[in-house]
Amino acid sequence: MNSTLARLVVKRLGSGALTLLIVSLVVFTITALLPGDAAQALLGQEATPETVAALRAQFGLDQPAYFRYFQWLGGLLIGDPGTSLANGMAVADLIGGRLPNTLKLAAIAALVAVPLALTIGILSAMFRGSLFDRTMNTAAVAAVSVPEFLIASLAVLLFAVHLQWLPALSHVSEINSFSDFLRAYTMPVLTLCCGLVAQMARMTRAAVIDQLSSPYVEMAMLKGARPIRVVLTHALPNAVGPIANAVALSLSYLLGGVIIVESIFHYPGIATLMLDAVATRDMPLVQACAMLFCLGYMMLVLVADVSAIVSNPRLRK
Amino acid sequence: MQDKNEKFGAHQDLVEGIAEDLGRGVSRRSVLQAMLASGILATTAGGLLTTASNAYAQTPRRGGRIKVAVQSGSNADTLDPAKGATTVDYMRAYTFYNGLTTLDTKLAPQMSLAASFASEDAKLWIVKLRKDVRFHDGKPFTSADVVYSLLRHKKPETASKVRAVAEQFEEVKANGPDEVQIRLVAPNADLPAILGTYHFCIVRDGTTDFSTANGTGPFKCKEFRPGVRTIAVRNEEYWKPGLPYLDEIESFSIPDEGARINALLSGDVDLINPVNPRSAARITEASGVNLMASNTGNYTNLILRDDLGPVQNPDFVLAMKYLLDRQQINKVAYRGYGTIGNDQPIAPNHRYYFDGLPQRPHDPDKAKFHLQKSGMAGKTVPIVASIAATGSVDVAQLMQLSAQQIGLKLDIKQMPADGYWSNHWFKHPISFGNINPRPTADLMFTLFFKSDANWNESGWKNEQFDQLLLAARGETDDAKRKKLYGDMQVLVHEKGGIGIPQFNVSLDGYSSRLKGYSEHPLGGLMGYMYAEQVWLDA
Repeated sequence: MNSTLARLVVKRLGSGALTLLIVSLVVFTITALLPGDAAQALLGQEATPETVAALRAQFGLDQPAYFRYFQWLGGLLIGDPGTSLANGMAVADLIGGRLPNTLKLAAIAALVAVPLALTIGILSAMFRGSLFDRTMNTAAVAAVSVPEFLIASLAVLLFAVHLQWLPALSHVSEINSFSDFLRAYTMPVLTLCCGLVAQMARMTRAAVIDQLSSPYVEMAMLKGARPIRVVLTHALPNAVGPIANAVALSLSYLLGGVIIVESIFHYPGIATLMLDAVATRDMPLVQACAMLFCLGYMMLVLVADVSAIVSNPRLRK
Repeated sequence: MQDKNEKFGAHQDLVEGIAEDLGRGVSRRSVLQAMLASGILATTAGGLLTTASNAYAQTPRRGGRIKVAVQSGSNADTLDPAKGATTVDYMRAYTFYNGLTTLDTKLAPQMSLAASFASEDAKLWIVKLRKDVRFHDGKPFTSADVVYSLLRHKKPETASKVRAVAEQFEEVKANGPDEVQIRLVAPNADLPAILGTYHFCIVRDGTTDFSTANGTGPFKCKEFRPGVRTIAVRNEEYWKPGLPYLDEIESFSIPDEGARINALLSGDVDLINPVNPRSAARITEASGVNLMASNTGNYTNLILRDDLGPVQNPDFVLAMKYLLDRQQINKVAYRGYGTIGNDQPIAPNHRYYFDGLPQRPHDPDKAKFHLQKSGMAGKTVPIVASIAATGSVDVAQLMQLSAQQIGLKLDIKQMPADGYWSNHWFKHPISFGNINPRPTADLMFTLFFKSDANWNESGWKNEQFDQLLLAARGETDDAKRKKLYGDMQVLVHEKGGIGIPQFNVSLDGYSSRLKGYSEHPLGGLMGYMYAEQVWLDA
């Protein structure tokens, strides 16, 4: 088992490095294709040929593209992602200031969403066709279909504007007590969980049901195992693979895709940072964020695969 | 103040009192002389009176902290006044720095870090500086700081937004520690007003690192994180006695408008800008919050390129101008907020506005007549609009409807806001622009209408106009200047390729606990200068 795992991890890390390299090339090429560059974006309406040329020279944008790419890649290899074109600050500092916030929000959302989703998914699978199952199914479809910005705006209208229980903004820099923490995180986490829980619960339900209809489960039931035991010890280990993948996908979304929640609650995370960077054509920052998201995604998928192998006796040869 | 004489007397006293205040170290007479020389006294007195009456209406209270949320704000935020590009940058400039002058509600310059401006010919200027001012780091403010701050705009590596304006400084040099001499390339009577704009705020001599702000302004920079937040704390040694009132201001951006308004309504922030006219009712109908509409010179304009396609024909240009249903545009596209425009760029609340110019009406018959004369009747013409130019998509749709009635098909091409200014703005025969108010009539005309201007949107070439512009710039007699600017407004109105349906307002929402809040023609947030002047009610 150990050698299988070790080989898998090594192979994954190798292909991961290659993927990162390709991603960096693709991101570089695509952002280069966007109309305008950092100099024009920064000057906006005020851009004149002279000011644009001066700013380009200052940013090194007058160098050929391949030169800039390798310069950046070289910097990254020695751990220096460069400086932001938009404000001259170190990219590492900019990301360092935001990444902990993103990780914190992702961790809290995951802590709430994953157990809840698994419980709902497994229960709906066990009581397939029951009132509970049907209610949960409908609720899940509804939650997935309603866009996040609507959920967030409605939550703010209800809890912040009308009831005034919670603040409309998430003041993460002013957390001194547990109640501050609750006030800052309740609405963002609630908004994120709506979609996440629904998606994960449906995947879990599907995976478990798939297993419940297989012959070995019938065998287990025939030998007289209680339903809860059938599900938890027989069916679930075989369903861990797909479930772990569903969870990994959802969590990777939390790492970089929560732009709407970040902007509505004024949460200083990394998604808005990257969005800004694209708008200002701040190449070093865009590249660094893209690499970070890619890395996070690959690590999550790797963890999902490893946990599928560890949990499933048949894969652990 | 019962009869005219008494009123005049009070007025005189006030002006003299202010002059005394301004003139610490300079005689009152020399200040008055200097103001007369640059032709700014006439408007100045009016401006001072309004400020004074506002200030005495309520008793300000010291202390308290507020939170301010604006729309713009990203990792491109800057504390360098020369690079400032958005509302939040301008607001920070006036929070942490001062200019040599400041612009009042008529956009006339008032002395700030400068004690006086004097010039005989509007070309060689002698600027006397205040002697009692210190930077936040304790260093006294001197002429070296002014020389450095003004000359850095000319260097390409500063990437200053006003480099073109700064090109007119031929020489800036210190005559001793508290006097600066500025020699211009050509006469410009507007110099005191130009130096009151945010980009020309004074930084300390030699500053190249703008990760924090070291200015002379009412607040010190406690925290600055681009795209996250800025915290400003009261400058206890501020040189204007008694000011500012607030202890602390935290500012950040909430790009989503709905979220911004919700934050104000729930009491999480005390001041927001901007508010879309469509959402104004949410604030006017709520309790505990107020709406402030500032009549600014900002306008969204129809650009008819003189050198492209059908627009080369002057009759077609006229047809398009008569097609603008200004009342309807004001009512539908801007929900009734704004003042009707007349196809020239000087707003009615500007001191050089010419009110004798007849309003161009919405006249489908005339539009049809000129359209047929231009030979474009029955044709399809593309019109480029974008949300980048505020309200232009709505205006284009309204024009499309009016055009149908006279037998012209307008094909609306809606472009994304991203990259609009570099790729589409005045690059098509018909498109839209959005122009922020500039503090002087000279800047408006020089930047957007002079034959060789970089942003001459319609490609307008008019020799007579260029001559008038130069004449007005060097004219030190205010009445003559006003006449010249009037003539130029008439020329642009009659012959220019620009349609200006209306001047927009800037809407701010603010908590009713926030006092001393007023409007300013430079833009929302009291012309970005609220920090020094507002206070919190107990």
